[in-house]
Amino acid sequence: MKARVLDRGLVYGSAVVLAIWALIPFYLIAVSAFTPQANVSDYPKPLFPSSLSGATIQLFLESSGVVPAMLNSIVVALLTVVVGLVLGAPAAYALARFRFRGRAAFGAVVLVTKMFPIAILAIPLAAIFVRLGLYDNLITVALVHSAIALPFVILIVGGVFVALPQDLEEAAETLGCGRWGAFRRAALPPAMPGLAAAAIFAFVVSWNEVFAASILTVRTRTLPAQVLASLSTSPLALKFIAAFFMVLPAVVFIILIRRYLRTVWGPR
Amino acid sequence: MHTRTGRLLPFTLVLPSMAFLAVLIVIPLAQALFLAFAADSGGFTLDNFRRMFADANFSDAWRNTFLLLLLIVPLQVALALAIALLVNSRFRGHRWFFLIYTIPLAVSDLAAGLLWLAAFTERGYLNSVLQSAGVISQPMLWLSFDNFGGLIAAIVIAESWRTTAMVLLVLLAGLELIPRELSETAELFGAGRLRRLVHVVLPLLRPSLQSAILIRTIFAFQTFAVVFALAGRNLPVLAGEGYSWYTTNQDERIAAAYGVVIVALSLVAIIVYLRLLGPRETEVQR
Repeated sequence: MKARVLDRGLVYGSAVVLAIWALIPFYLIAVSAFTPQANVSDYPKPLFPSSLSGATIQLFLESSGVVPAMLNSIVVALLTVVVGLVLGAPAAYALARFRFRGRAAFGAVVLVTKMFPIAILAIPLAAIFVRLGLYDNLITVALVHSAIALPFVILIVGGVFVALPQDLEEAAETLGCGRWGAFRRAALPPAMPGLAAAAIFAFVVSWNEVFAASILTVRTRTLPAQVLASLSTSPLALKFIAAFFMVLPAVVFIILIRRYLRTVWGPR
Repeated sequence: MHTRTGRLLPFTLVLPSMAFLAVLIVIPLAQALFLAFAADSGGFTLDNFRRMFADANFSDAWRNTFLLLLLIVPLQVALALAIALLVNSRFRGHRWFFLIYTIPLAVSDLAAGLLWLAAFTERGYLNSVLQSAGVISQPMLWLSFDNFGGLIAAIVIAESWRTTAMVLLVLLAGLELIPRELSETAELFGAGRLRRLVHVVLPLLRPSLQSAILIRTIFAFQTFAVVFALAGRNLPVLAGEGYSWYTTNQDERIAAAYGVVIVALSLVAIIVYLRLLGPRETEVQR
């Protein structure tokens, strides 16, 4: 009995310590972001500050380029979602529902591109885009982000369709719906949450990506590209607020799609 | 899975994404090789690579990239394994804790660097806590350019913090595939916790461990923004040098040579990965 109590204490003790390890950077960045201007360079800093203020955040939002960069980030991420779903969802459906020549090969392509350093290819791509007059353009950034997000979209959506029973679709087809009608009425509605999850994942991939976005743009920067470019010049307080803004939506989104994370980083 | 007769349909569905990936991977790959190996006159040259190797930062970047890899990957695999075993013990509330452990997954490498910068900077929280506790009397310069150990430690901590969740997801999925009866039987025969772990769980978890290690290794070759956030250019890494040669030095050929090196390293790891998986395992998960 005593051993079990001890055991329990050990389990919860380590669970809590690990939770603190996972959460503490978020806490520190939030506190840093809301530190009043007057206290920015206080030392030693209190872990539990007595006063908080949004004034530094306001300063950050008013500093030149930040709001446009955020808007650029949102535009690129939305484009990535659209391209990722338009290309990825049909492919995922095919992988989940059909046996066809090259199916295994395509599955391998998906797995390889999931790991392939596509962002690094921004360097040669930039050279191509410069020659084509497409350099410093949000669309090209979105294309690269789509290529990075595509395998993840296929894995999430594919997992959803595999889990959906095919009988419903077949029934709809026998009842005269036609292939497309059966898909639209019987397969699409229950797959919607999965498609939404894939969209959110694609959004986060793009929102977080910094290497390709930095290489491919000069003036039309996304938020991470803007932050990276000004790392050596911007004051610490503004860096922390920038991090706060980069992290906040991504964390909310990842919590929303937590059920689907396993399909992305499954057993392999 | 049923076999359907619509012969062309699956190809029509798959073709657009195949074409898209081909265009966005094959063409830039060819261009990278062209930039890296072609001379201005058009002929083949190794000059760009010679200049890259001769650059003072290259050997540092190579060493640092692998040093970080060798420190981060084992550390986070061990940490993720511990967390996975803990979560898989299904203690009351384990779902909530699991959710908390996966949250860092949402953080980009750049943001992770800045989050930990708040802790490690001169007037940051680490020094504040140490000073308040009386451990130090003046702030330590953890991230100073001449404090190599401090820079490496900060990057290892930030990057381990950020990507342990990914390894955790791979390992936990693997653990859940192992039938509980095996461990229970071993327990019945008197095997202690450690013996069960070493002789039952770990051997069965091997495929997941292998794939987690390889995925992390491939991503480690791209380590870049977390380093820039914490160390600036005081700690060169391969991807960071590629970035700097393109943006600061405006030499796309040397930048492309760095790109070729990173892609080549990744491809070697990917081939090892596919070899280990075998052909049948690459299908979409059911």
